[in-house]
Amino acid sequence: MRKINPNSRRILFSIGILLLFNLSTMAQDDLLEMLEEEQEPESTPVSATFKSTRIINGHSIETRKAGSMEVIIQHRFGRINSGIENFFGLDEAYIRIGLDFSLTDKLTVGIGRSSEKATYDGFLKYKFLEQKSNGGFPFTATAFFSAASDTRDRPVEVDFKHTLSYVGEILIARKFSPGFSLQMMPVWVHRNLVETPEDVNDVFALGIAGRQKISRRSALTFEYYYQFNNTTDSPNYNSIGLGIDIETGGHVFQIHVTNSRGMIEKEFIADTDGDFWDGDIHIGFNLIRVFQLKRDGKPPKPMEGY
Amino acid sequence: MNKTFFLLIVLTFPIFCFAQKYKSIKSYVRFYSEAPVENIEAVNTKSTSIFDAGSKRIAFSVPIRDFYFAKALMQEHFNENYMESEKYPTATFSGQIVGLDPNSSATQQVKAEGKLSIHGVEKDVVIEGELKPGENYIKVKSKFMVKLEDYNIKVPSIVTYNISEIIEVTVLFDYAKL
Repeated sequence: MRKINPNSRRILFSIGILLLFNLSTMAQDDLLEMLEEEQEPESTPVSATFKSTRIINGHSIETRKAGSMEVIIQHRFGRINSGIENFFGLDEAYIRIGLDFSLTDKLTVGIGRSSEKATYDGFLKYKFLEQKSNGGFPFTATAFFSAASDTRDRPVEVDFKHTLSYVGEILIARKFSPGFSLQMMPVWVHRNLVETPEDVNDVFALGIAGRQKISRRSALTFEYYYQFNNTTDSPNYNSIGLGIDIETGGHVFQIHVTNSRGMIEKEFIADTDGDFWDGDIHIGFNLIRVFQLKRDGKPPKPMEGY
Repeated sequence: MNKTFFLLIVLTFPIFCFAQKYKSIKSYVRFYSEAPVENIEAVNTKSTSIFDAGSKRIAFSVPIRDFYFAKALMQEHFNENYMESEKYPTATFSGQIVGLDPNSSATQQVKAEGKLSIHGVEKDVVIEGELKPGENYIKVKSKFMVKLEDYNIKVPSIVTYNISEIIEVTVLFDYAKL
């Protein structure tokens, strides 16, 4: 046999060792690799597009899991440009207290009472499309329908039907990244009775809202509703809101500034009389506490024989 | 001669690696946090594991989003804020079992030395466990503690009475021959 010179033998030896080394390190992780190969990237529904079921005034596409109940206290102070005699609006308070029940993971019903115009409201919210991860369906869509009754004392008695208003809305949102989500919402507001003959009964609007997380538990939010056809005779502005979401365990705390006083769709979309750019701004907050009344499914049990 | 020898070693090495492997058919991973205000537990049955009896290596992978909590919102927070499961979808362990007598059919106390990776942070750990060999199956049980700080899992001060700094993890796997 031909003699291999010592140099090339050394090289061959090192290559051999290197190859072996390579293989043995591979062997360390090949088990994990085998596991990962089996776990195909699943396309699962994207969760937490927004922290809360509300963005500022309006709803987000989020619905809570079946068996959850949310207690919602929404509060708006008066206008900050109302001067020191009104303590920059802090003397005044507008409140909505609400209860939302999640009947299924996708269907929520809610009721509420607003101090503004002594209004009772009820709504149905149904998530009918879900954004999926790993190149799945690109957005989430939720349908929203609400009815509200304005029970103020009036100088003239009105029929119950004339106290009613309705809102239909489609909420469409996409979570672009773990921190950034955007939502669009075409809305139709119908009022059975309007203040003047010039006011329209049906208002159409398009909302846009978003959130950017600034830490693991807090986010900046914005919300804007553009009205296509509302009256211009009485003061009427598009609703604007800027806010911060802070989440602490079972609570979501949202603090914001907005030119809207009302906290139901019919009010803030079609009946905002404050000009944000003129300082008609309300400081407000939403306090949301989630309770789990019932839970779907049972916790899995350990296997036998240990 | 040398070349052939090395080639032979290189070629046959993977064959040794793939001998006598066991794969999990059932799993149960539970974690438990004991704190003054509340005790929190979550259970996962979607984990997978492979045990190589030849090299005595073991690996398991736990899909984070499959932990089941009694409170749905807690589950969402766990994924969204604490584990960031969109970024770090699995927790894994890969290591070497020491103190295992392959010829014994009795239940044995063993240790696994290796790397535990949670929330994108990898740590060298030694996990104690129990291995129960059978005809065509193996059962493995282990209980170990995980310190949240070690894996960069931050607990906000407002819930320090709700969430323990150290979490107890129980892992059960039933394996069958691959």
